[in-house]
Amino acid sequence: MSPTGIAVAVLQVVLSIASAPFLVGMMRLIRARLEGRVGAPIRQPWRDLRKLFRKERMVSTNTSIVFSLAPLVLLASAALVAGIVPFLSTTSALDQVGDLFAVVYLLLLGTVFLSLAGLDAGTAFGGMGSSREMTIAAIAEPTLLVAIFALSVSTGSSNLGAIVADTLAHPSRAASPASMLAFSALAVVTIAETGRIPVDNPSTHLELTMIHEAMILEYSGPDLALVELAAHLRLVVFLGLLANLFFPWGIATTAQPLHLVAAAGAVAVKLIVLAAVIAVIEVFIAKVRLFRVPELLAASFVLAFLAVTVSFFLV
Amino acid sequence: MTSPAVPDRADSVIDADVADLGVNFTYLSSAGYRLALVAAHHDLADDKQPATIRVVYVMVAGPPDTRVEIHVRLPIDAPDLPSLADVSFTAGRFEREMQDLFGIHLTGHHQPARLVLHQHWPDGWYPMRHDAGPPPSFDNETESYPFLTVEGPGVYEIPVGPVHAGIIEPGHFRFSVVGETILNVKARLWFVHKGIERLFEGRRPQGGVELAERISGDSAVGHNLTYCLAVENAAACTPPHEAQVIRAILLEFERIYNHVTDLGAMGNDVGFGIAHAHTMRIREQLLRLNARITGHRLLRGGVVPGGALVDWLPDATTLHEIRADVHQVVDIMLANATVVDRFTGTAVLVKDDATQIGTLGYVARASGLDIDARRDHPFADLYEHLSVPILTDGDVMSRFKIRVAEIDCSIELIVELLQRVLPGDYRSAFDPLDGPRHGVGLVEGWRGTIAHRIELDTHGNLSRVKIVDPSFFNWPALPVALAGDTIVPDFPLANKSFNLSYAGNDL
Repeated sequence: MSPTGIAVAVLQVVLSIASAPFLVGMMRLIRARLEGRVGAPIRQPWRDLRKLFRKERMVSTNTSIVFSLAPLVLLASAALVAGIVPFLSTTSALDQVGDLFAVVYLLLLGTVFLSLAGLDAGTAFGGMGSSREMTIAAIAEPTLLVAIFALSVSTGSSNLGAIVADTLAHPSRAASPASMLAFSALAVVTIAETGRIPVDNPSTHLELTMIHEAMILEYSGPDLALVELAAHLRLVVFLGLLANLFFPWGIATTAQPLHLVAAAGAVAVKLIVLAAVIAVIEVFIAKVRLFRVPELLAASFVLAFLAVTVSFFLV
Repeated sequence: MTSPAVPDRADSVIDADVADLGVNFTYLSSAGYRLALVAAHHDLADDKQPATIRVVYVMVAGPPDTRVEIHVRLPIDAPDLPSLADVSFTAGRFEREMQDLFGIHLTGHHQPARLVLHQHWPDGWYPMRHDAGPPPSFDNETESYPFLTVEGPGVYEIPVGPVHAGIIEPGHFRFSVVGETILNVKARLWFVHKGIERLFEGRRPQGGVELAERISGDSAVGHNLTYCLAVENAAACTPPHEAQVIRAILLEFERIYNHVTDLGAMGNDVGFGIAHAHTMRIREQLLRLNARITGHRLLRGGVVPGGALVDWLPDATTLHEIRADVHQVVDIMLANATVVDRFTGTAVLVKDDATQIGTLGYVARASGLDIDARRDHPFADLYEHLSVPILTDGDVMSRFKIRVAEIDCSIELIVELLQRVLPGDYRSAFDPLDGPRHGVGLVEGWRGTIAHRIELDTHGNLSRVKIVDPSFFNWPALPVALAGDTIVPDFPLANKSFNLSYAGNDL
């Protein structure tokens, strides 16, 4: 575990956290402009977080330690993944543990804790949100796993850094059928896991339709800020995974500062493009009926499964 | 028992014995009359008769516009009223309202629970009686509302409101749910009961306008016009024809801006924000037109007893542009498969239920009921060419499409009416100074038929105003449409497709 590796990991976490609210702000702004609204400035999510962090912490007396712990676990797990996933360089200090299983289950850990927190306060909405979240997670997480697994088959390693490095070495693999199928599956999972339309509506205020928002209804002040920040960070992590697993070009293979700066620029461009695409698509689609969500996710699981199958036959 | 009186002209009054109420009511119902309004009155003792509670049932039919009133008198010390709940669902609800506000004792009502006053109001205080006095202190018992408890494996309850996450009016909904499927919903309303009927009492008829315009903010023209028609009916005043034309125009402008808002709001409830953004833009254009027409964005101030006045009226081109704009948004929405999927087959209100419950307005017309007060009870000869759109599916999509069709009808109607009038101030003398008199107004507001019945005392001052918003009729239809196969996340959409007024219902 080299000092430069540690520096890269820390840099990834810091940059991800710092940029995540801006990315969300940008998506909201794009949506607003396309809908003909002026929209809030890009820094609005940061302002909201700052406001929430300054507020008093209020916790229901009916809750247990899980409720207080969940925002921290959620943010910590997302931050850890942000350090593991090869965003800037394939030589992150955490790369040795940068296993796809570790990443998927760290993300799932946050999901599970948030669902438990939704149940903890004992309100009907929290339970409803948790139940819906679990329905989605139960199909989304295996899809995520299988989709990345399809990529690891050709590399022969489940290490994310190795997968990325391998794709860099063999650019044609990015266009292989397995890769295409896995990308489609991962894109659907990204949308489901980050609570975007058509699965969930991040801007809704209707208690009965919410998924993510329903689970966090009982949170306020600094706790809510942590949950929101973690949600923003998860968006960056998912988009970053999507970007660098399939379009790794620009990523540094060393830890030289100049390369890292170039890599940061490259990943920023990729994230902005992906986020903009999602925001634009969101304008033109509506939220599907809740019971159609499992159908959508099941289809993405089939894609991921096909990706694995294909990767064995067509490499 | 006497045989039922046969109404032979408009506005006939049947003074019925309490025992004959049911016979008269059933006879009129079978003759095609609809119960539009039930109003109770506390008549103080005078030299001719002792104090009584007088109950007036207004039954209407049309076309041709026919109105019949059944009056029954109950002694104040034993106000026993035989319930009509078995023959008319709506009558049963009016009866419960009177039970709470006037202390009428219902006999034979199968569900005589409180309606208007919540459980923490003490027994024996009836706010609409003249001798009610100031409100008493509340009991602490607040949880005894008789919600139907659905039992079975996996059934759980979701309480929602009365404070909601969005900016909407207060109402409490209790969902009994299995998984995500709604088994039963109970709506508990009257959180914003403000005693507005009582506020009218003692005012000059002209002074009731400001209250009537505020009964339900989005129905300022609808309620105020109904009120003005009722006081004009009482005072035998005929406004100038130009005033009636302007009233009809204002009524349609109110319908358009509200329907346009709803179209986008329904899009918003399925996460289709772009439709919402653009209907809000069109709504803003309409509100600015409104502001130029009457000087108020919600069209207040245009209708007065005896007449109507506007500063300006838009031309047909403006209206055609707005129609094209609306249709563009609607086309975008209906070209989206997910939107169509979410709307189609959601929260179906079948015609049979819609009829039994007595629904009005677009809710009724989306379920196949051919009912529209503009045609059935016209306040002037303006609606000869009116075509009433009817759809039969009764789902969210029907309630969406019926609004689109009604926007088209309204614009056509306005364009036609614009040729008959110039902007200006058209009024007949209106100042009733004698009485007692009474009058009824019926207007097709944008939500449905609004009914007011007013009484003037011996000096021509308001002694009683009874207000019925179509929401009072339509609220019970919402749980019926939801129960069975609608899922919880579709409730906001279904609710928006009904878009019922809390303020107009709670009064």
